[in-house]
Amino acid sequence: MKPRYAPYFFLAPFFALFGVFMVYPLFDSIRLSTYSVRGMRNQTFVGLENIERLIADPLFWTALWNTAYFAAGSLLLQLPVALALALLLSNARLKGRNLFRLSFFSPVLISGVFIAVIFYLLYDRRYGLVNRVLGSEIPWLQDPDLVMPALVLAGVWRWAGFNMVYFLAGLQSIRQELYEAAAVDGAGPWQSFVHVTIPALKPVIAFVVITSMIGSFQLFDLPYVLTEGGPGNASMTMVMYLYKHGFEFINLGYAATIGWALAVIIGVISIIQVRFFGVFREN
Amino acid sequence: MRNPVRTTITYVLLILLTVLVLTPLFWVVSASFKPSGEIFSYPPTFLPQDPTLENFTRLFQEMPIVQYVVNSTFLATSHTLLLLAIATMGGFAFAKYSFKGRGILFAIVLASMMIPFHLVLVPLFTLLYKFGWLDTYQGVILPYLASSGFGVFLMRQFILGVPSDLLDAARIDGTSEFGIYWRVIIPAVKPAMGALSIFGFLGAWNEFLWPMIVLRDAAKYTLPLGLASLVGVYRQEYGMLMAGTLLSILPIMALFLAMQREFVQGITLGAVKE
Repeated sequence: MKPRYAPYFFLAPFFALFGVFMVYPLFDSIRLSTYSVRGMRNQTFVGLENIERLIADPLFWTALWNTAYFAAGSLLLQLPVALALALLLSNARLKGRNLFRLSFFSPVLISGVFIAVIFYLLYDRRYGLVNRVLGSEIPWLQDPDLVMPALVLAGVWRWAGFNMVYFLAGLQSIRQELYEAAAVDGAGPWQSFVHVTIPALKPVIAFVVITSMIGSFQLFDLPYVLTEGGPGNASMTMVMYLYKHGFEFINLGYAATIGWALAVIIGVISIIQVRFFGVFREN
Repeated sequence: MRNPVRTTITYVLLILLTVLVLTPLFWVVSASFKPSGEIFSYPPTFLPQDPTLENFTRLFQEMPIVQYVVNSTFLATSHTLLLLAIATMGGFAFAKYSFKGRGILFAIVLASMMIPFHLVLVPLFTLLYKFGWLDTYQGVILPYLASSGFGVFLMRQFILGVPSDLLDAARIDGTSEFGIYWRVIIPAVKPAMGALSIFGFLGAWNEFLWPMIVLRDAAKYTLPLGLASLVGVYRQEYGMLMAGTLLSILPIMALFLAMQREFVQGITLGAVKE
């Protein structure tokens, strides 16, 4: 093999897989979304009918609302918690720092299915630990108004430790002189947090906000196992709705359309966020 | 930590938060060893009053749990090995060669990291149907590897740090390009491969939706699939569910404990400069 061809040889596996299993399906997904596909052999061209149907489909809007609720909840609750955990752990002289960090991180290692099973027990109306601690009998998973907040809280438990690791790395990369300079200028802890820590963390915050948004919009396993989208459709998410149409009703054309709607929404939100932060340099 | 009040508050908060985070996990362990009557007792018992292995023995009798562990291990291991190969080769090409199209190809790799896998669930399914790959492990593994862009990017970052002199010296000695990859690059980036392998293994071990779509035959199920099917049948059998959960978490916890340092390095490299 000549050195000239070597890089193409080394890149071939990735681009072959990417082409066959990502690029081709992306285009096929555009085609599918203009068809009514009932089963594998029964395809009829319907043009924009799927899109019209999607816009008029109240359940789609419910799923979008629930998913956006979860994403907003993660942004407003989980990221501040993650940052707070990182700040608490940022002092290198802290005793037992590794142990604390490991504990906060441990939920990340668990599959969503198992997290759902664990929270199913915790949220149980009569026997669940949450109600036992509160001395209440709140039907967390049966009340349409409470089921999404309950999922957001489970999401905080699951992902806060993950984002904490990013914030922690970001905090460690802030040069100590910046704080010293701020202290010389008479800045208190709060002022140096606002004027030194936050600006220095901006790239990390941007990364965490964007990745956790993309992740939140793909929420599936937690509600699928925990509530099956219920009660009613109060915890139906977009990927669950896609799954239902694609793999339960075998309505592939409509499911592909939902997939595109999801992609467009994620794309628009990512672009807005990239613009907002003004940075997304990869290296 | 000059300020003792602040130090104390920090520790108190950290301990409270640790208790909060670990309680659900402790509850899993505790419930796994409780007889079913005790899980529903009032007031709740924190530790099993009457510890039993009943949940585990029933789990092994009523569910092919050993089969699920074998399947999960096989799937996650093959996924990880393939990911390592794809990512180190791709990363090597981007880090150490200049070639026509490098900029645009690298931009494609970066862009691929932003594409949500769920967008292509349906067309991937029809593609696998055409290939006759439904209900096969290659049908689970290969499409998932199309999302290896992050791995390629990660390995590129590490391979950039390998001195190019080493490569040139090997070339002068007559080593082939593949020989350089195998004998110079791979040994130099072993720690980074450790990070990436936990990533890959964790992802494949925990993945739920995609294997659920591809796999039909219950004998091929992974642990999350097996346990999710158990949820439907045994809604009220918390003890068994908890025992199954515990058994599924333990291997991944052990792996993580063994390789924590590499993992933390790996996940932060993408987000933090310098």
